[in-house]
Amino acid sequence: MFNSYDPGDFYDELFVSRGVPRPEAELLIKRISDISIDELMLRQQMAQNMLFKLGVTFNVYSDNQGTERIFPFDVVPRVVPSNEWQWLERGLKQRIKALNCFLDDIYNDQTIIKDGIISRQVIESAPGFLKPCLGLKPPKGIWCHITGTDLVRDRNGNWYVLEDNLRCPSGVSYVLENRRVMKGAFPALFDALKINPVDAYPSELLASLLHLAPEGIPDPQVVLLSPGIYNSAYFEHSFLAQQMGIELVEGRDLVVNDGYLQMKTTKGLQRVDVIYRRIDDDFLDPLTFRPDSMLGVPGLMDVYRQGRVAIANAPGTGIADDKMIYSYVPAMVRYYLDEEQIIPNVPTYLCENSQQQGYVLDHLDQLVVKATNASGGYGMLVGPHASEPERDAFADQIRANPRGYIAQPTLCLSRVPALINSEFQGCHVDLRPFILNGEDIYVNPGGLTRVALKKGSLVVNSSQGGGSKDTWVVAAAN
Amino acid sequence: MPTLHPYPSPFTPHPSPSMLSRVADSIYWINRYVERAENVSRFVEVNLHLLLDTPVGTMQQWEPLVVTTGDQDIFKERYGEPTAENVLKFLTFDAEYPSSIRSCVKSARENARSVREIISSEMWEQLNEFYLMVEAAAQSNEIAELYAFYPEVKIASHLFAGVMEATMSHNEGWHFGRLGRFLERADKTARILDVKYFILLPTVVAVGSPLDNLQWIALLRSASAYEMYRKCQRTINPSGVVDFLVLHPEFPRSIRCCILQAEQSLNKITGSPVGSWRLSSERSLGKLRSQLEYITLEEIFQTGLHEFLDGLQDDLNHVGSAITENFFGLAVSA
Repeated sequence: MFNSYDPGDFYDELFVSRGVPRPEAELLIKRISDISIDELMLRQQMAQNMLFKLGVTFNVYSDNQGTERIFPFDVVPRVVPSNEWQWLERGLKQRIKALNCFLDDIYNDQTIIKDGIISRQVIESAPGFLKPCLGLKPPKGIWCHITGTDLVRDRNGNWYVLEDNLRCPSGVSYVLENRRVMKGAFPALFDALKINPVDAYPSELLASLLHLAPEGIPDPQVVLLSPGIYNSAYFEHSFLAQQMGIELVEGRDLVVNDGYLQMKTTKGLQRVDVIYRRIDDDFLDPLTFRPDSMLGVPGLMDVYRQGRVAIANAPGTGIADDKMIYSYVPAMVRYYLDEEQIIPNVPTYLCENSQQQGYVLDHLDQLVVKATNASGGYGMLVGPHASEPERDAFADQIRANPRGYIAQPTLCLSRVPALINSEFQGCHVDLRPFILNGEDIYVNPGGLTRVALKKGSLVVNSSQGGGSKDTWVVAAAN
Repeated sequence: MPTLHPYPSPFTPHPSPSMLSRVADSIYWINRYVERAENVSRFVEVNLHLLLDTPVGTMQQWEPLVVTTGDQDIFKERYGEPTAENVLKFLTFDAEYPSSIRSCVKSARENARSVREIISSEMWEQLNEFYLMVEAAAQSNEIAELYAFYPEVKIASHLFAGVMEATMSHNEGWHFGRLGRFLERADKTARILDVKYFILLPTVVAVGSPLDNLQWIALLRSASAYEMYRKCQRTINPSGVVDFLVLHPEFPRSIRCCILQAEQSLNKITGSPVGSWRLSSERSLGKLRSQLEYITLEEIFQTGLHEFLDGLQDDLNHVGSAITENFFGLAVSA
């Protein structure tokens, strides 16, 4: 059945070449081939129905009907051999360590600026840099507790870090649900394949949140702060709260009273010790940040500064998501850890630099341009796929706001076969592993593989027509 | 009367796990909305059945249905004439009328979505399917299909109550849900009885006529009460029906029975011993319960049935606002 599948001129995650699977995928390919295409389509449909019935859905922002869709799920898993995974894991841990040092430094001593590694102007012009966070000392010195780092591979199979997501990365619920659905739909595939389980994530997450609770509290109250049911990731908020057995709260459930953060219960107010927040920095506290925020809690930052509540991720971490700051991560690794970066960055052109801007404007048809402070595939131009007028419009935007944009070469992302209309088609993928920074750094084995199901598309975001796959870290075949 | 604060001090630690006010509020309203959707189905069904029995030449009466909702002004403004089609549309699929079946089920599901980590997955799934079923039905324009639709709504509502009974811990949240369901049901049984008040008989002489009798039977059926009524009363007459639907202590849709059950749940929530009260909601519900325990049929008819039912609905509204004030709308002086 894979006989007609052509990996083409791409790096294929499952095949070396037509009809020749990679060693770590050999057994998987054999097992899938034992199932008929009709049966596969049927089970794929079953899996999707199950997700819809369970309400594993996300909302689309641009659609004000509040329409819910499921994140399309493809049954062919993506396989990562464990030796490669160990290398990735080391690289991710290194990156989180460096970023955490960076955050602590720029909000306190700012030695990286004083030593001339990054200019003050670069830091202070980042919209994610929050002045009210200067001087903050978060519990246990941890700023980024939960990170989702986007990784991609190029045509030769080389890994790169594409983006850091330190504010409130989402997607981990799909990792857990996809695995559950795969086990339900294809139990036979799991047999004898040593697949690393992913289910430890909620326990690890809870442990790292409890780690932050102020000293001397026997049974700390941990809550997940969500913007509410209309948020695109609401399913995940509810899922994680349920899996950890913690309370899911909205801003209106919380109040600062008597110097502490409290939640409103049917039996009066109750103290909250740790917040896992799933709302952006700007919305956390209308008294400190955006005054029009209805999602946060007035006075929260004061309580936080007093050390009477912990917040994960710490406010201010958003600066590390800035795509211009991203280009300095290799320098941070050298500066703080005295090491060389393990997983490289994608080469990045800063439009703010007039020379580099010139290059970008001259090569718009070859580059991907991204807004430095956007995510979710919004505010982005894929040069080779864009029309002339689209490129011209973007060029104007870049000239008007050079700090707002960076450009990268268009990577030819690696592909994995996906089952579309009864046949296997190669589709581009990325990978978002989830990293927890608690007592130790924990990397959930695998992560979310997002797949561009639109033919030829390089954009994998759920808001832009992407889907997902289960990701298997497996012991390499002997 | 001074308003009592629910607890001596909001800052003393509580040994029993408490729940978020918003969550309690949502579970309470999920149940009210589901029960409301079921009862709107019942209203409409009783009328559909009455029509089938109405002698040729008599006017079809749809206006009473709108009147009992209390929303006749909204209806007039949006639809004008109370024709069968207009009334059915208004009560069944109107997405902008908050008490239509469609809106109720949608609100129930929205509330469930906001507490799905608290309720059981089975409850959420059942409600999600209920919602998908109503949305699919709303796309069809065939009035004839509605005859099958209303029973389906009733069954979905029973399923939800059953699933909740069997899969959710009988904890504080569960009692809030039950409280909501029984208060809503008491209110709606009162309104179903009131439908009869607004349905006009051709002449005064017709009171007690076969037609009158048929209408009472249809009314009993709409409350699923006909069979149970027969087991304890031989003849069908107004006082018998009122006695059964208002004062019967065991029939699960009688107003007294609903109030009794609601009070049990409220007692579980507050921990107050039966027969005592600390909160305004406990007092007003207890008062209502004892009124229903000691009132006689004669007294009801002396007051006038319609006036009595009106007063009862006011009392129920009062209980509802007291519950909101005591549990959901915690006032905090910052």
